[in-house]
Amino acid sequence: MTPRLHLAVALDGTGWHPAAWREPDARPAEVLTARYWADLVREAERGLLDFVTFEDALALQSAAPHHPDDRTDQVRGRLDAVLLAAALAPLTSRIGLVPTTNVTHTEPFHLATGIASLDHASRGRAGWRPQITSRAADAAHFGRRTTPQLTDADVRDSELIAARLRELFDEAHEVAEAVRRLWDSWEDDAVIRDTATGRYLDAAKLHHVDFTGAHFSVRGPSITPRPPQGQPLVTVLAHASTPYGLAAAAADLVYLTPHSRADTTARLDALAAASATHPRPLPQPLKVFADLVVFLDERPGRAAARKRRLDDLDGAPYASDAEVFTGTPGELADLLLDWRGAGLDGFRLRPGALPHDLTAITTGLVPELRRRHAFRTAYEADTLRGLLRLPRPANRYATGTR
Amino acid sequence: MSARPLKQVHLAAQFPSVQHTVVWSDPAAGSQIDFDSFAHLARTAERGRFDFLFLSEGLRLREHKGRVHDLDVAGRPESLTVLSALSAVTTHLGLAATVNSTFNEPYEVARRLATLDHLSGGRAAWNVVTSHDAFTGENFRRGGFLDEADRYSRAVEFLHTARELWDSWRPGDLRADAASGEFARAGAGRFAHRGRHFDVSGRFSTPPGPQGHPVIIQAGDSAEGREFAAADADVIFSRHADPAGGRAFYRDVKARLATYGRSPADLKIIPSVSYVLGDTPAEAAERAEQVARAQVSPQTALMLVEAVWGRDLSGHDPDGPLPEVDPVPEGVVTRGHTQYRSRGREETVRLWREVAEERGLSTRGLVTELTARPTFVGTPRQVADAMNAFVQGDAADGFVLSPHTVPGGLDEFVDRVVPLLQELGVHRADYTGTTLRDHLGLKPARRPFEETP
Repeated sequence: MTPRLHLAVALDGTGWHPAAWREPDARPAEVLTARYWADLVREAERGLLDFVTFEDALALQSAAPHHPDDRTDQVRGRLDAVLLAAALAPLTSRIGLVPTTNVTHTEPFHLATGIASLDHASRGRAGWRPQITSRAADAAHFGRRTTPQLTDADVRDSELIAARLRELFDEAHEVAEAVRRLWDSWEDDAVIRDTATGRYLDAAKLHHVDFTGAHFSVRGPSITPRPPQGQPLVTVLAHASTPYGLAAAAADLVYLTPHSRADTTARLDALAAASATHPRPLPQPLKVFADLVVFLDERPGRAAARKRRLDDLDGAPYASDAEVFTGTPGELADLLLDWRGAGLDGFRLRPGALPHDLTAITTGLVPELRRRHAFRTAYEADTLRGLLRLPRPANRYATGTR
Repeated sequence: MSARPLKQVHLAAQFPSVQHTVVWSDPAAGSQIDFDSFAHLARTAERGRFDFLFLSEGLRLREHKGRVHDLDVAGRPESLTVLSALSAVTTHLGLAATVNSTFNEPYEVARRLATLDHLSGGRAAWNVVTSHDAFTGENFRRGGFLDEADRYSRAVEFLHTARELWDSWRPGDLRADAASGEFARAGAGRFAHRGRHFDVSGRFSTPPGPQGHPVIIQAGDSAEGREFAAADADVIFSRHADPAGGRAFYRDVKARLATYGRSPADLKIIPSVSYVLGDTPAEAAERAEQVARAQVSPQTALMLVEAVWGRDLSGHDPDGPLPEVDPVPEGVVTRGHTQYRSRGREETVRLWREVAEERGLSTRGLVTELTARPTFVGTPRQVADAMNAFVQGDAADGFVLSPHTVPGGLDEFVDRVVPLLQELGVHRADYTGTTLRDHLGLKPARRPFEETP
């Protein structure tokens, strides 16, 4: 039997097309409400998807990756992704919740306790996507440091971006390491409640993490006991050699952005090359997903026409770092199974418009994949690591002999 | 006495953590970290029509004699994250997070509080606390960067900057008008702040929530802290839970409000209190004694004496008299505790000796007497009457209840005392508003935000 595909959905605003908020079924006035997001995530859970991701940035949205803009005709304003994911945790029971956070300006200690707390609130369904700052202007929101300014020429080439921001990627690696150590800083059985000695904790099972990197240090231990998953799922979006290295060394799962099956193979090769020079301290192999922006309709031609209509509203054809797919659920299933053959574990689909393209995934694509025995018919685990068939990791500080 | 209308008793609950007053040894004591514990306490508080649930914050585990302090409950979730999750299992209860102004930055705190306010439909509050110590700083990029003298000036400027960020989205800035194609007004979220502690500018990511500004809580007791509260806070957590001290504090703080163009109703004063109930006064007293014994184990008594004395007192008999040795003036055996900072060490030791001698108390007996005496002990009727008298006598506007066990420690209060307060006409039978500002009887924030034009 062929292994089943893993499917995730990336949620952002009213969908990834900048004019999606103007669709008749869009709910643009509700993007800051819990109800709106609850409806979306419950739909994804009805489709038995592995997890949803939430975009975020410590800045107002901009059409440009490297500087703010003054556009007023696209969605602006968003919620903190970790808190949003936490509010959705009690409203769902199986689906993974993976917020994006900035790691350039946010304190590693706060990141560790925030994601650990999400894992506690969701009983083991938390993931995390650390992201660096690519807009130098964002640094002025904090006034504590400066970061490199990308040029218009840089942003046309992923390798140039990665080279220019290498220092921030290196720092992101340190943040991920510090966060992982903090998650392990409480052993699972540190709380003993021993009335005979009056001790609530076994202090020997709490550990200073003493992380010291080139950019910061953290003493530890965490204030939050070890999360239910031990280590929540760490995911990295990567377009070039430097972030491939980060993913190989620090992540449980990487999102690639191939544009064809051949490109999938090429990127997997590049990832393997980066892995060779970035030792992986984690026992499990890296899971690999591909990202795709999707416009889906049952009727042939309709999705492409819909995208064109949105392009006209926005004033430019929508393009993305990821491949943009328009077509039917059957055609998308063909593509996913084809590319998967190059060595992918799954896909993260970015719906072009919400709720339309999410519903098309859950009620069109999912049944189509199931007919081909390529997707689950029931949730088989109650943690996110479990859904991805990743074991609960041992604690790096536990000796097991005490 | 003048015939003024009865004041309402504002009730809030604290999820207890870290203090030795949490009785983790009770067989009914549940998890300090499972979400179910938080959900249970929140639902109980909401069933009792409380104004809000309050979570404290931890940024560094306490250490005693060089090791992680192991006698008390420790380990808690990040407060804003768990409160966001609680917003999904409650509908009216206010959700108050403690967030430190020293080891955070305004942009991030302002967006997280605005997010909680959106997610909860206008129920967010922020307990603004300060710290300065290098010990906590070891967990953060900047380390112990702030002088103690600057902690309030940073907190004040931090709060003012956060308000500028919330106000950077003006009423009507969010349009979401598909017909015209205008989603947001030009310049929405633009801000610039130049001050002593913060020099920041740009665009703010998150329009403010239904309350405009979350409710601001302050807890400092110093003159500086009181002035901060009078100028900027909506609620003050007071430590004056005795009637005389409460009245003096109440008078002092409320008198400071006029300077800032505010009226006494604009700032609610609520002391943190504990309680033990019983069917009869004697049973309540007996239960209070049991609770106190569980709160102050022999080991805890010794630890607290070591903290006050500033020296290792291993081998000292907790059931014997206080140690005869002198305290070490600059001795630090306990880090991350703030309990004994307000009074000098010599002064504290002198006072402890005086009380112990006067009342013939052992070490453990004295520590129990001084640190584990519940504010209210009695039958539900006695406690309801005492609370009401406290509030009507202007010693407070209400209380933050700190139960001594989780998750069920508030159940009995809500089942037995709340109905009596309702009967007295001093506590709501049902919520009459939707936001925390409504519950507290506070004016809307200065710049209410219209979300759907």
